[in-house]
Amino acid sequence: MTAPLVEVKDLAKTFDVSAPWLNRVVERQPRQFVHAVDGVSFAIQRGKTLALVGESGCGKSTVARLLVGLYSPTRGSVQFDGKDTHGAADRAQLRLMRRRMQMIFQDPYASLNPRWKVRDIVGEPLTEHGLVTDAVELRRRVAELLLSVGLAAADVDKFPHQFSGGQRQRISIARALATQPEFLVCDEPTSALDVSVQAQVLNIMKDLQRQRGLTYLFISHNLAVVRHVSDQVGVMYLGRLVELADKAELFSRPRHPYTRMLLDAIPDIRMSGRARTPVQGEVPNPLSPPSGCAFHPRCPHANARCSQERPALTAVAGISVACHAVTEGRI
Amino acid sequence: MAGAVPLLEVRHLRVEFPSRRGTLLALDDISFSIAPGEVLGVVGESGAGKSLTGAAIIGLLDPPGRIAGGEILLAGQRIDNLPYEQMRAIRGRRIGAIFQDPLTSLNPLYTIGRQLIETIRTHLPVSEDQARARAVKLLQETGIPAAEQRIDQYPHQFSGGMRQRVVIALALAAEPKLIVADEPTTALDVSIQAQIISLLRRLCKEHGTAVMLVTHDMGVIAETCDRVAVMYAGRIVEVGPVADVIHRPSHPYTVGLMGSIPAMDEDRERLLQIDGAMPRLNAIPSGCAFNPRCPQVFERCRSERPDLLEAGPTRAACWRVADGLRSVA
Amino acid sequence: MSVSAGALRRFFDGDVWHSFRSTPMAIAAAAVAFALVFCALFAGWVAPHNPFDLATLELSDARLPPAWSADGSRKYLLGTDDQGRDILSALMFGARISLLVGVLSVLLSVVAGVALGLLSGFAGGKTDAFIMRVCDVMLSFPSILIALLIDGVGRAMFPNAHDTLAFAVLVFAIALPGWVQYARTVRGSTLVERNKEYVQAARVTGVSSLRIMRRHVLPNVLGPVLVLATIQVATAILTEATLSFLGVGVPPTQPSLGTLIRVGNDFLFSGEWWITIFPGLMLVLIALSVNLLGDWLRDALNPRLR
Repeated sequence: MTAPLVEVKDLAKTFDVSAPWLNRVVERQPRQFVHAVDGVSFAIQRGKTLALVGESGCGKSTVARLLVGLYSPTRGSVQFDGKDTHGAADRAQLRLMRRRMQMIFQDPYASLNPRWKVRDIVGEPLTEHGLVTDAVELRRRVAELLLSVGLAAADVDKFPHQFSGGQRQRISIARALATQPEFLVCDEPTSALDVSVQAQVLNIMKDLQRQRGLTYLFISHNLAVVRHVSDQVGVMYLGRLVELADKAELFSRPRHPYTRMLLDAIPDIRMSGRARTPVQGEVPNPLSPPSGCAFHPRCPHANARCSQERPALTAVAGISVACHAVTEGRI
Repeated sequence: MAGAVPLLEVRHLRVEFPSRRGTLLALDDISFSIAPGEVLGVVGESGAGKSLTGAAIIGLLDPPGRIAGGEILLAGQRIDNLPYEQMRAIRGRRIGAIFQDPLTSLNPLYTIGRQLIETIRTHLPVSEDQARARAVKLLQETGIPAAEQRIDQYPHQFSGGMRQRVVIALALAAEPKLIVADEPTTALDVSIQAQIISLLRRLCKEHGTAVMLVTHDMGVIAETCDRVAVMYAGRIVEVGPVADVIHRPSHPYTVGLMGSIPAMDEDRERLLQIDGAMPRLNAIPSGCAFNPRCPQVFERCRSERPDLLEAGPTRAACWRVADGLRSVA
Repeated sequence: MSVSAGALRRFFDGDVWHSFRSTPMAIAAAAVAFALVFCALFAGWVAPHNPFDLATLELSDARLPPAWSADGSRKYLLGTDDQGRDILSALMFGARISLLVGVLSVLLSVVAGVALGLLSGFAGGKTDAFIMRVCDVMLSFPSILIALLIDGVGRAMFPNAHDTLAFAVLVFAIALPGWVQYARTVRGSTLVERNKEYVQAARVTGVSSLRIMRRHVLPNVLGPVLVLATIQVATAILTEATLSFLGVGVPPTQPSLGTLIRVGNDFLFSGEWWITIFPGLMLVLIALSVNLLGDWLRDALNPRLR
């Protein structure tokens, strides 16, 4: 088994959301922290897609940003091709690593600078890393990139507002591919797009993966999309990974109660009218997470141990799950 | 159902936006009806005009948009040409509205109790105490725990899903016969979405309220609606019972739409994709608006715009249907 | 180059130009402002006389009323002052000084304010807090007082300074209180833009913070700055006029409109009203037209009103 391209160990990120110092002193408030990511571990093999799913506040977007270096981890490590991305690596090494991983964002309207031409937007990674210095060569490379995502070469001279949402997302993909990266982090890349446009973008992403052997980390809240694109799926809840399994296994035999609840809750066009277990409660406030297992207040299978002891991600029958009820064999 | 007076009837509705670049026709000859107690879904992608249809019915079209033709009838009575005051009386009492963002649907400065009571008393001749009792009951029906205490709380003290329940309670407060819901679950998490959908469906059945559910999410439509109308570029391209439109669509656009949605029960290498994009309002092709992207286009499509024609259990605006050549689903 | 031709074409196709054409007030204000600026810039050619050339002055022509009154003469359209200087020409040369001071001080304010605002918004933390507190402190002083203070200190430090230095001190004195509003506006916009995904994309690529500030954020925050600067030119001109009226503005050898008003003030009660009123009217016209232009620009650039 070859070494994974990306390996994440006990990754954590805590944000200080305390009130300003003066307010705290006057109102005698304690400092407040949000454990957006609280000990997440996974590995992604080269050429594969790992999807992270969860509802709002589960920390999946924070994990994405930790991986590409937009945030520094509070704890834990991210290893890319065997080398630590945040550690003692020198600047030159870090820059080289940055070339090999890129990110695609959710909002097609905010992810492109409205005052820049497409040529500059897509060409920026090339000029920043000194890969292309000649203006004519830059134009040619950018045109090539645009063609590879299904746009026209003439689009290099246009501005973002002249494109639709789906086309802008393709421009984002073209920009991400400029430095020929091996790893792409995609943060809800199709959530803001119409269904038919989403199909186009997902098809392009799959084609590119096949052609260039790309590795994806795909963040989404849409389980149907995740099912379509991923090889492995990780389910997150309140900053923790509750289940990690191959796609087929997760969708056919979900173990963790939260995964089951999620799968049950999705309105699906082919499977409407099926009997469903009613869903309980809402996601708790991240400022004061429940003790022990974060899901226990909403879990139909919770017992005393669940409210005291936080379950670790354990391997069970080929998958990983963080649930006492599963490891105890109760469900 | 034949012979029964439809609760809502829209006939040949046209909505236009005069702008300095010319007049843009945003809704082009829309016709449909909703029976009492029925849930009609209006689905389409962005720019198709579904939200605009809802806005036109409630009478909340943003100027310079205006109704340029056609009629809207509520229980046989025209409401599209009413003066502002009369429309205001109808809105709330006979037509309720639920919008997408629960954060902005509620006034943050008033308790939800105040907002509910105000709505109830505006439309129904009841006393303050009766209105309050009614409001508490509504909150209980929508699943707000400890309704008697929470009725005096402010919107910011509720979570997103709870707020949407309050909005539903507000919409039902004056016992309207029709509710127009515009993307009511889009801003909510998946698990909350499921709760709200089932709540809406249950309450509307209990109160006998008809619903016009506008959304881009086909899954929500599949779970909630009796019939669905598919919109494209300001026109209705297919309408019919939900199961038929989803599983046996006739219009090529509907076929493409259904095919491009990844489903939970099958694995496909590629999703069906419709090349191109929905035309902008100032560049709608002549004839059938879908013809440049249609895999089954022929000559007539480019010159003549098709009406909604019978296509088995559904009606589709497609010349192929007229010729007896049904699209393969 | 084809870039600017394309940009020009886009401008004239766009909403801003259309808004201009359909707002009579903006057209009128622009016309007036343009005429005034033209006269001021090319005063040497446009003005009928040169009021500072002592050789051309004729004392016998002193205190003549405007041309349309009984004792007036066609030669001096708006009359003359006590030394025989043509008021109309003095107005044009005076306007030039006023405009020069106004524009220069605003330029200085904009550069300093935008830079500090960008830094504040981007760096955050203590830098941000410090700069904003400085802004708060500066805002608690009336700008005229600050200008007077700087000017006074300048004169005390350089009692025999030649005119250019005095001029520079004046420009600085007016610019100093002005940078605060740009800093605050730009800081607000920077905070918004900083969290947008195109900035994050640049950071993922590895672009340095300085480059991101300069090349990504700056072009997107300049809109409100343009509006503020336009309106502040009028304020700066008025401030300069006030200072000159008080005698602490421009050196007397280069009279601005404010100086002319002060000088003419002495003659107001002896009936020679034109010596002070016309400079005053000119000042009002400049300030008004620039202000109206700024107002229109703010509405035209506001995407919500379009």
